Amino acid sequence: MLSPAVESDFLEVSLGPQHPSTHGVFRMQTVLDGETIVSLKPVMGYLHRNHEQLGEQMTYIASFPFTDRLDYFSAMSNNLGLAIAIEQLAGLDVTERGQYIRILMVELTRLVNHTAVTGFLLNDMGAFGTPLLYAFREREKILDLFEAASGSRMMCNYIRPGGVREDLPDGWLEGAKAIVDHYPQFLDQFETLLTENEIIRQRTQRVGVLPKELAVNASVTGPLLRASGVDYDIRKVDGYAIYPRFKFKVPLGQIGDVYDRYYVRILEMRESLKILQQALKEIPGGPAISPKGAAIGKAPRTFRPPKGEAYGRIEAPKGELGFYLVSDGSNQPYRYHVRAPSFVNLTILEDMCLGHKIADAVVILGSIDIVLGEVDR
Amino acid sequence: MAVDEGLKGEVQKQGVYVTTWDELVNWGRSSSIWPLQFGLACCAIEMISTAASRFDIARFGSEIFRASPRQADLMIVAGTVTKKMAPQVVRLYNQMAEPKYVISMGACATSGGPFHKGYNVLRGIDRYIPVDVYIPGCPPTPEALLEGLMTLQKRIKERSMSSAVERKQNEYEIPEFGEAGLEPRYNPNIFKPLTHPIQQFASAKPTSPIQTPPAPGSS
Amino acid sequence: MLPPAEELKAAIERGVPGTVVTLDGPALYLEPQALLPVCRFLKSHPEYQLDYASNVTAVDYPPDPAGGGAGRIEMVYHLFSMAKKHGPVAIKVKLPRDNPRVPSLVPVYRGAEFQEREVFDLYGVQFDGHPDLRRILMWDGFQGYPMRKDYVPENQDAPA
Repeated sequence: MLSPAVESDFLEVSLGPQHPSTHGVFRMQTVLDGETIVSLKPVMGYLHRNHEQLGEQMTYIASFPFTDRLDYFSAMSNNLGLAIAIEQLAGLDVTERGQYIRILMVELTRLVNHTAVTGFLLNDMGAFGTPLLYAFREREKILDLFEAASGSRMMCNYIRPGGVREDLPDGWLEGAKAIVDHYPQFLDQFETLLTENEIIRQRTQRVGVLPKELAVNASVTGPLLRASGVDYDIRKVDGYAIYPRFKFKVPLGQIGDVYDRYYVRILEMRESLKILQQALKEIPGGPAISPKGAAIGKAPRTFRPPKGEAYGRIEAPKGELGFYLVSDGSNQPYRYHVRAPSFVNLTILEDMCLGHKIADAVVILGSIDIVLGEVDR
Repeated sequence: MAVDEGLKGEVQKQGVYVTTWDELVNWGRSSSIWPLQFGLACCAIEMISTAASRFDIARFGSEIFRASPRQADLMIVAGTVTKKMAPQVVRLYNQMAEPKYVISMGACATSGGPFHKGYNVLRGIDRYIPVDVYIPGCPPTPEALLEGLMTLQKRIKERSMSSAVERKQNEYEIPEFGEAGLEPRYNPNIFKPLTHPIQQFASAKPTSPIQTPPAPGSS
Repeated sequence: MLPPAEELKAAIERGVPGTVVTLDGPALYLEPQALLPVCRFLKSHPEYQLDYASNVTAVDYPPDPAGGGAGRIEMVYHLFSMAKKHGPVAIKVKLPRDNPRVPSLVPVYRGAEFQEREVFDLYGVQFDGHPDLRRILMWDGFQGYPMRKDYVPENQDAPA
């Protein structure tokens, strides 16, 4: 029941949970006046898989496969977030080679995520399939790299506190270099079709504008925030992992509409390619995981971090992914909370959609870039 | 009732092809299965990868994923089915037209998967709707999904044409939201829970609340 | 750069008269009624400018069966600053487990809206002043607060 005083000439439409363009099982209860949106309430919980309760019943290492399934597009980033939180909690350090491998994996994941999200955004706009298939073609090449390193295409479960689970196989670095060298050409091809395209400009410019002050107040993070012009990238602010060693810029938008978000993501991909090129040149030899990390990996039930708490956060492709851990000295977390970027970014969905047409609501949702595994955990 | 192979060969030499109605109709049905666009979670991404250009489900006849259940033959339940989502799944299944098939893709749709110890996770979609093919994996690779699809095609070819007509009267009961779970907990006509004590240990109700370790600090 | 916790405590007690801040490690413990004034103070202070509420969650401490004590639910807030690029400041509020009520942070930080609804849904904490307090992850008729440590889920294989 939306409200008891709904006027009789308004139409209540429920978009979802089964709908081709809701990016998962997400429901939007809209009230329409003709085609204009008067009110929009998101309903979630259709994929609530009690991830936090499971985290309290398992050891720290056993939670890693479950973090893969949070943002199932960027499994490696989620692993990194939990690893950083555990390292903060227990005071562990990471080997040099481990740090570089982590950066490679996370930036490749950023490429995968932004390419796929652009493909899905265009799918929502009606370019039925073609940009999506181009995006998935490139994604498959990177997924082959992930499968070679970790054994699985998507649910990698690769990054551990102390480094990474296993060292890279032979030939992996050459394969990565080939992809990174070819990617700018693919981005140019993508951009030629999309950036100056009249239809895309008409459908995305001045649609879903998010002002700066509202973005900061609504705890929005990620490309959504930067498209509104706020310079806040956790890679630069916190300087976690070894990001301060790499030279890269943070692209900012001006207006904060859907077009800015699309273009900020394209520019971020180009910056990620710069980081990848630098990392591939500088990666040293040595062990991929610290001795303490390897010991924890072999005997997870004996890992007892000291009492205390930690909040570890990273710049995931979708925004700020934070892990809040409270330890009571035993081998299971007392409290394990995931601060999911998609969940918090949805706060301003209604504000951005009011006054637009129902077709724009789908495009705006696509530009926020949500994934239900994270929203519902 | 199959046709005698010798007779078939003889007549084919004369330019005449002999078959049964069942074979002909099943050949058409199995070669043009249109799935419903219904991805729930991570397995949905592997389903989209299967439909993308590298693995290409279109060459198996599933050219288009239909958005409306009225136009689809196959429901690939890809991902975890939660208790909040289960009534919608059953509703969608009821809306599909006969003959319809269900593939349960991934560990979560088959039995709850890694999340089975949850307060909101349904332990398998086969509690409420009949499933034809189960595909294990977390997530199953696109090759596994294609193998599942080929298994389904084989099963379709084994059914007789009339069996689809007999099932037309079935509307599966849609569960309702109760206070602690769904009501009913499962559909007794199509699902029987595990009853042997050894099989039960994974699904037994905890005899005491979740054991809390001593809280850090004083209360 | 943010000053250490003792200095923050002194600044808050000076800036919002009448507040009592207790320190426990790096976290600042506040009384429920002091939450909104302190957050407004921290947000508008020219040196701190903590304008970004990143994480709003709760931790459940049930009563110890051996010892005594009534048990408590602690609300945890992590505040950062996007303008000054520093943080975090961890603020905690202790609430009784029987009827936990705390003022809602939504008038100050809009981003707390969904996270407070999630704490209401899973822990049962009431937020005074929240614009739309209802369950967000579980369905509306669900009874019980699943993330509390003493919640017992139903047995799905019991006879229907």
